[in-house]
Formats: sequence, structure tokens, C-alpha cells
Amino acid sequence: MLPLDIYEGIESAWCPGCGNFPMLKAFKQALAELEIRPEEILLVSGIGQSGKFPHYLKCHTFNGIHGRTLPVATGARLANPNLKVVAVAGDGDCYGEGGNHLLATLRRNPDLTLVVHNNQVYGLTKGQASPTSDQGFKTLLQPAGVPYPPLHALALAVAQDGSWVARGFAGDGEHLTGLYKQALSHRGFSLLEVLQPCVSFNKVNTYQWYKQRVYRLEEETGYDPENELWAYQKAKEWGERIPLGVIYRKVRPLLEESHPVLQAGPLARQLAGRPVNQLLADFY
Amino acid sequence: MADDLNILIGGAAGQGVHAITGPLAKALVRQGAHVLVVQDFQSRIRGGHLFNKIRLADRPLMSSREGVDLLVALNQETVTLHQEELSPNGILIYDASQVKELPGGRPSVALAHDDLLPGTQAGEIAVNAGACGALLGCLKVPLAGLLALLQETFASKGAEVVEWNTKAATRGYELAGSQNSPFSLAYLTPPAQPRLLISGHEALALGALAAGLNFISGYPMTPWSAVLNAVAQRAGRWGVVVEQAEDEIAAINLAIGASFAGARAMTGTSGGGFCLMTEALGLAAMTETPLVIVEAMRPGPSTGLPTRTEQGDLNFVLYAGQGDSPRAVLAPGTPAQGFALAAKAFHLAEHYQLPVFLLTDQYFGDTQFTQAAGDFPEVQVGPTPTLEPTPGPYERYALTPEGISPRRLPGFGSDLVVADSDEHTPDGHLTEDLKVRVEMHDKRLRKLKGLGQEMSGLTAAGPPEAPLTLACWGSSLGPVAEAVARLNDSGTPARLVHLSELWPFPRGPVTAALGGTQKLVLVEMNATGQLNRLLRQETGREANHLVLKYDGTPFTPEYVLRGLEGQV
Repeated sequence: MLPLDIYEGIESAWCPGCGNFPMLKAFKQALAELEIRPEEILLVSGIGQSGKFPHYLKCHTFNGIHGRTLPVATGARLANPNLKVVAVAGDGDCYGEGGNHLLATLRRNPDLTLVVHNNQVYGLTKGQASPTSDQGFKTLLQPAGVPYPPLHALALAVAQDGSWVARGFAGDGEHLTGLYKQALSHRGFSLLEVLQPCVSFNKVNTYQWYKQRVYRLEEETGYDPENELWAYQKAKEWGERIPLGVIYRKVRPLLEESHPVLQAGPLARQLAGRPVNQLLADFY
Repeated sequence: MADDLNILIGGAAGQGVHAITGPLAKALVRQGAHVLVVQDFQSRIRGGHLFNKIRLADRPLMSSREGVDLLVALNQETVTLHQEELSPNGILIYDASQVKELPGGRPSVALAHDDLLPGTQAGEIAVNAGACGALLGCLKVPLAGLLALLQETFASKGAEVVEWNTKAATRGYELAGSQNSPFSLAYLTPPAQPRLLISGHEALALGALAAGLNFISGYPMTPWSAVLNAVAQRAGRWGVVVEQAEDEIAAINLAIGASFAGARAMTGTSGGGFCLMTEALGLAAMTETPLVIVEAMRPGPSTGLPTRTEQGDLNFVLYAGQGDSPRAVLAPGTPAQGFALAAKAFHLAEHYQLPVFLLTDQYFGDTQFTQAAGDFPEVQVGPTPTLEPTPGPYERYALTPEGISPRRLPGFGSDLVVADSDEHTPDGHLTEDLKVRVEMHDKRLRKLKGLGQEMSGLTAAGPPEAPLTLACWGSSLGPVAEAVARLNDSGTPARLVHLSELWPFPRGPVTAALGGTQKLVLVEMNATGQLNRLLRQETGREANHLVLKYDGTPFTPEYVLRGLEGQV
């Protein structure tokens, strides 16, 4: 185990009580326990309160634009397969603005981790509904309540054979640390959605609201995350009971394996020109 | 008089226009002709009318021209649409099963399956190979080269297919021989140094590979796809990661992620796709990530004319994105320039850590030109990111006099690389310190000074003291250069000035090149004269006359000269 203080980042601008704080703590704990040093990991984030996550850590960081964490993270993996890559996004970021990239990443199966900070609301823009807001959720922009049901992104991930699909809760730090560790150790695309209360703009889905509903799948007798249909049921379960833990797991070939050049390591070490006479040979 | 002939091969999509053009053009190049092949096609896979125009001469060609000397019609529509273009001694070669109404008084060669390959089930091979043979017969060029090419091309399809092609080409050659054609290229001999037949986009892809390209991502779109395909076909051999993206937004973000992590990365698209890329263009500029972007233009706005050509996106690439962000824009006019500028684009992108555009179009991309191997000199891999750790604390965006900060890659040693699309401090973390904001913005824009000194790319021709100058950019080089040559040949002194490096604008070289001009004509494939606007903005000078074209088809020298009527 590495000392936790090596991950200390710049001072945070999150609201006191924000669900991001226990997530940051659990993530550092997971890195320390797995002995992943700051210079061995790249965090790619987007825009939203989750986008600031890597700044409050010590690590390689690419804080890109809204919705585009996954293509940047995938590009980094395709340039350097030795780099541990984690994409950090919010529910608006990943499920709204960047939804198409989630679908494509599920198909590609790059060896990276996606953490979705799901607070069921837009925090940075001060309180509009997100793709995961519950039907009827009232906001300044939706005074009559959100008229349609939320996106069940984890069910989508199971349906598309996501290689590792799980849910954590910011209010259960110890359990969350374990999930972070599993996600970081998984070979393939791991999707970890974390229920992350927003204390400023979501007065419905509070710590208390989640605590009354969440339960750990590993305590469910006989639950098998490799059983696709069972996993699908659990991925769609939402409301009175909300499952936490690994929902689905499936071994799949990696995206990186489809690019033979990556077997020789990072592209930066393979940079070379090509002889012009050989390039021209096809055109005589 | 020097020979300069035009062949037009037309038919419905899927009929064999390309099957005839490919072996024929290559056989003629091998035999010593200079060949230029222009494609004209509609946005459909089957049906419609499409044609290829092959111009051939005994001297270098950089442009197509108007007129047809040998018309190959695979359907009636080709005859109807193009018979008026036939020169007085032109010859028609046609598929007898499709063409029933012939123009009167024209020498013609009828190609019929049962005459070419009696008793076989050769299908369209008969007329396609027959047409190739007939064309060579009309030109009195020996058949052996074509037969060798047909053998090369079809060997993988079996001995019977090769035999059908050989027989049909030979019979077509005999049929044409009886026509007493007025044309003859019999004197051509294979050049001592073999020449290449290569398209603009193929040459651009090769230039990128020569400069070390090892990552390309893109979403298919005409005409950009030709670049992506050309790299993909060679990716296995040269070790390139090729990723087809789910959309153009992903394409550019994939390339940015790869470049950030150390790949020599390129993406590309055409106008509509670039609309989707603009947000990430700013991301590359803000995070100072090297990136080469091909923007292969086609007529807009919106879907426009998907398979046609235009130079309508110059304003767009110059100004795309929010805020002031540095970039470079290069626009090749020939395959050789496409090759060299692709390599230069990577050098500039890596050294100045910013996005560099290669601005092309359908005409440049799809047109095949005859070039010499010597037109493609070896290129350097150029600057590469350091993989060694920095002594002392590392700051990704350290303030420097040139605005260029030392670039390091994540995952190589102890330096932590922090990049942010927000305004950021020198160590890469987001900030709202407004003093830092101004320092960082100045730093990024300061790079333009050094970058500007790297810009030249002027091609000039004609007498320097000529009072008339025709200026153009990018793919218009060939037709405008030929128009200028014809003006000088006919006693009107004129000068050509072509720009292939457009931003930062090479103010000094352009001002000097236009210094003695009394009358300046700008020739552009767009409706508003976008280079003229840039010229006025940068030099205070503007054109006295514009020759513009925006009907989707490329310039010809004749069109340019007609545009000068009343001016000279």
C-alpha cells in the first residue's frame, strides 16, 4: 500500500457535503491499495462537477470538453497501451451530451475504466434535469416535472455486453473503494456508475433517500453477474430497491488487440518515417 | 503540333467506367504518355450518369481541358450528353447493346459481346476490355503494355478471366485499327524513369506516412474517405492504428487523445463533418495538442453536392471555433505538394503544438495526375516529443518567449502532464485568475509569430513584369497555370501566383509577388472570393476582377480564359 498523501491535488471548489468528496477519498484509497502511482495513471474528464475530479488528485490529467471523455480516453489507450486510463464523467456528460460514445465504447471494449458520477441533476449549470432524473422531478427548467422516464444506462450496458458493469454509492465508501479496485483491475471496459448526492440542487435523491433503497448484490443469495438475463433485471431495478455491486461481467477481446502495432508498445516509441520509394511502389 | 487528347468514358454507375479507366490510364503512363484523370460522378452507387475524363499528352499536364476526341459510351445517355463535345475528327466507341442512336457522320467503333468474346459468358468484361483495346487502337499505341496490365490486374480471378480480357482487348484493338484514326501516339516510348499515376489524396496519405503518421481516426464522408482508405490499405504494413469513429466528434477527440498520449495523429472529414469537429478544434488549440486535420471540401451549405468540388470552406477553417485560437492552414495544388505539405503539417503541429489543416477538395483528392518519383523527395520525421523526464518541476504550459512549452507525454517518467480545456495555470490546472488568463492567451497566440515565419508556399510563373496577374490557391493551380501559359503563348503577358500556405498569411512573400501587378485577377472555386477577402484583410490589396465557379465541377483553362473576356 502506498501513502495516501502522494495523491494530494489542488484545493477543491465543490460544495461542502458534495458526494464527490467521499468518491475522491475512496478513489485515492483504491489507488494506494493497488499501488498505482500518480505517474502511472491518466484521468480523462469532461465538463460538469465531475470534470474537476482529476485536478483534486495527483495524476496525469486531460480535462477535455463536455461529453467527450470516452473518445479522448480511447485515443490515449490506442496510443499507449501501457498507460492505465480512467475516464471520469457525469450523468449529463456521459449519458446526455456524449451518449453515442458510450454505445461505441461498449462495442469497442478498450481496456479502460469509466466512472460516471450520477447525481441525477445538472450541478454546474445549477439544477436542470439530467438524463437520469426521475420522472416527475421538478426543476427551474421543468417546473411541471420531468415528463419522461430516466435512462437506464446500466441496462443498456448489459444489453450491449459491456465487459464489466457495476454501481456504487458515495455514501458507502468502503464498498466503493472495493468497486474502484475491481474496475481498475478488470481487463476490458469497466463501467462504474456511482450514486453521488448533489446537496445543492437535488433535494429529492439525498444521502438519506439512497440509503433507504440501496442494497449490496453480493448479499443477494446466489447472484451471478455472468448470468445475462439476471444482470439485465438487476440493471433495470430502480425505485424501492437499488442494487449496488457488480451487475454484469463478460470476458471479451480487447480493442487494443485488434491493432497489431500496439503489441510493440507505445506508439511514441515506434515513431518512424517510411522510405518514399517503398510508399510509391503501388503507383507505377 | 504537340499531341493533347481527351478521352471521355461514360455510363451508368456500376457499368464499368472505372474498370476501363484504371488499366487504360496506367498502360498509357507506362508507355510514356502524361495522363490526367478527372472523375465526375453523382452521389449514388448504381445508375445515374458518371464519366471519367482522361487527358493525355506528350508533356506534363496539371489540368483537364474541355473537348472530347475519343468518346466511349456504355449507354445512350453518354452519347446524348457528350456528342456535342466531340472534336471535328473525334471518334465514338460504344456498347452496341446499349447505344442505338448514333450521331450522324461520325467514325465509330461498335463493341458487341458476341463479336468480342463469342460463345462465352464473359458479361461486361467483353465491352470493358474491348473498349480499352479499341482506345489504344485509335491511338496506335502498342497493345502489349495493356495486356500485361490486364494480366496483373485479373490474375487473382483465374486464367479464364485473364484470357477473356486478353481476347476482348485484342479484338477491340483490331476493330479500331480499321477506322483509320487521325490520332497517333505511336512514337511514345516508355520513360527511362517510370512515372506514377497518383491522386491528390493518395499522395497526401503517403506524405503523412512518410512523416511518421501512426494514428488516424475518421468517419466516412465523401470526398475525405479517400484519405482514410488510402492509409487503411497500408496500415498493416507500416504499423498505423486506424479507427473508424462513431461520428466526427469522436474522430477528432480520438485523435486528440492519441496525440496527447504520443501518437503522430491525424483526423479528417469534409465540410459537414468539420461542423461537428469545431468544438474539439478549440480543445486542441487550448490544450496545445498537435493535430493534423484534413478538410476535403465539397459544395455546401449543408449536404450540398456531395460528390462535387468547391473551395468554399476557406473562411470556415480560418475562423472556426470560439475565441481566438492559433492554427495553420495549408492547401496543396498538386499531388507533390500534397505529399510535401502533409509532412510539413506534422512538423508544424508537433513543433508549435496546435492544429494544422490540410485543406483539399474533391477535385484535388480524386483526380489522378502523372508525376515523377523525383517530385516526392524523402521527408524528415521532424520534431518528436521528448520521452525523458524534466530536471526539476515540470509545467506543461510553462510561459516562454516563443509561446512554446516543453511537451512531455503521460506515462514516460515522473513528469505529471496536466492538460485542461478550461483556462489554466502553467501546471495545467483550471484557474479563474484573470491575470493568468491573459498571460496564457498571449502565450498561445505568440506561437503565431514563429509559425508565420514558416509560411511561404508560393508558386509563380510567367514574366515578373507582366501587368496582369492571375492569383489562386489550393487545387486551382493546374487550370490557372495552364490559362496563364496560354495567355503568354498568345501574346498577352500574364503572371501566375499560387498560394499553398494560407494561414498564418504569408504577407511578405505575397505582397512582394504582387508588387508589380497592375491588374490582379483572383480565380477561386467559390461564390464570394474568399481568398480575395483574406488578401484584402492581410495586405490591403484586393482583386480588380474575380473569376469564380461554384457549379460543383472543376475549373478548366478555357473557363478561366472566358472569365477574362473584356478584361484583357
